[in-house]
Amino acid sequence: MPAKVRIPTPLRRFTGGSEEVGAAGATVAAVVNDLERQFVGIKDRLCDEEGRVRRFVNIYLNGDDIRFLANLETAVKDGDELSIVPAIAGG
Amino acid sequence: MATVHGLRCRECDAEYPHEPLHVCEQCFGPLEVVYDYGAIQRVLTRELIASRPRNLWRYRELLPVTRDPIVGPHSGFTPLVRADRLAAALGVEQLYVKDDSVNHPTFSYKDRVVSVAISKAIEFGFDTVSCASTGNLANSVSAHAARAGLACYIFIPDDLEQGKIVGSAIYGPRTVAIRGNYDDVNRLCSEIADKYRWAFVNINLRPYYTEGAKTFGFEIAEQLGWTLPQHIVVPTAGGTILPKVARAFEELAQIGLVSGPMPKIYTAQAAGCAPVVRALHRGADLIEPVKPETIAKSIAIGNPADGYYVLKAVRDSGGWGEAVTDEEIVSAIHLLARTEGIFTEPAGGTTVAVTRKLIESGRIPRHESIVISVTGNGYKTLEAVSASVAAPFTINARLQEFDRLYDTLDPQAQTRGAAARP
Repeated sequence: MPAKVRIPTPLRRFTGGSEEVGAAGATVAAVVNDLERQFVGIKDRLCDEEGRVRRFVNIYLNGDDIRFLANLETAVKDGDELSIVPAIAGG
Repeated sequence: MATVHGLRCRECDAEYPHEPLHVCEQCFGPLEVVYDYGAIQRVLTRELIASRPRNLWRYRELLPVTRDPIVGPHSGFTPLVRADRLAAALGVEQLYVKDDSVNHPTFSYKDRVVSVAISKAIEFGFDTVSCASTGNLANSVSAHAARAGLACYIFIPDDLEQGKIVGSAIYGPRTVAIRGNYDDVNRLCSEIADKYRWAFVNINLRPYYTEGAKTFGFEIAEQLGWTLPQHIVVPTAGGTILPKVARAFEELAQIGLVSGPMPKIYTAQAAGCAPVVRALHRGADLIEPVKPETIAKSIAIGNPADGYYVLKAVRDSGGWGEAVTDEEIVSAIHLLARTEGIFTEPAGGTTVAVTRKLIESGRIPRHESIVISVTGNGYKTLEAVSASVAAPFTINARLQEFDRLYDTLDPQAQTRGAAARP
């Protein structure tokens, strides 16, 4: 069973409206590449030309911000939950 | 009079209609309101402002509402206190405290942003309002929702101060406490906002919500007689207020209500949660998130999405920023209370302590005008100071006992002021 990825509203037009999809990969970077393979064009929304996560995108692995882990090199296991969330905070 | 053109992405300039949207579909950047400044300038004069009630709606053409204000009729127009005793204690000449600790109805600056957000929620036809909060926002959303007759859900970290928890629950919302920190709450709420059709004031209504923060700056300018201070110190949590206070001063200049140089703006954070100050001191553009660990819970946001805009506003203004320890924060709360009779919560203590640090390090010149932004009320966070205030003397109801007590006390201590302890 691959990883589960939560897709925020602005990206659902790439996934045909799906809010949760499966994607495979040993690292977050690999999962992003698998998302691109399945839903062409989605990677450009998430990463810049140098392959870094865009400033206003937060990616969480099982609830943890990957910036507290190993960023795109964070290891991903089958069944893990990834969440892509636009970076809006304050309160 | 409608003065709003629509929304625009702050990062890539993509345009969007005047709807409850908050994220750019192209780059995920935040959206902001676009105004028709030409139309505003023709209408909004100093005289018109002065003729209006003393609340934040007196600047309404610069706020994104299209109807007469629906909520917050007594919000805003809080005192700008000339703080001469605090000035003397800090060794400066011209010091003011903008005192949102007495904002209506919930005693924090949040009543500004919530008044605007809930007005928009009603305009857009939402029946349920919500927020992710470190306390003050939940208080404000709950109170305004109650007065407007809207359903309300609030989401908080499960370790908030008692005053903040009870201070929301009393208005009757559904309260959901999350086992985690504010950043965990916020992430969850982004997902909930995506799924449920609720007006999350600081998520899907964010572009409108943040506009309310400008009124903090408009009022300071008006209360100083339509002039701008030379320095202003602002606490930074999620990063909403500081950039919008800068924007407020720019807009007033743009429509000709003030002139002269823009103030230098300083960001104030707690050492236990200072991602923006850290990036500022390193000269970095990218803010690295932190795990907060501080008594200043209301500003304990380790992942401030508007942090980048705080850095930009601070740097563009020629300002700076500092972080202070929990001990310095508590000491500053005492100092402000003893010199000016204002009781603020740790966020306000942070701002006073950072102002002291900036003055002592020479960043802020001692003869120039300074405004300290007090954004919340100490009565809601008694835990922060209850261990450091003097306990009462307890005696029986006999004059001789009081006489004996009085003989042991130093009468000079009461009049010496801030530095003294009984």
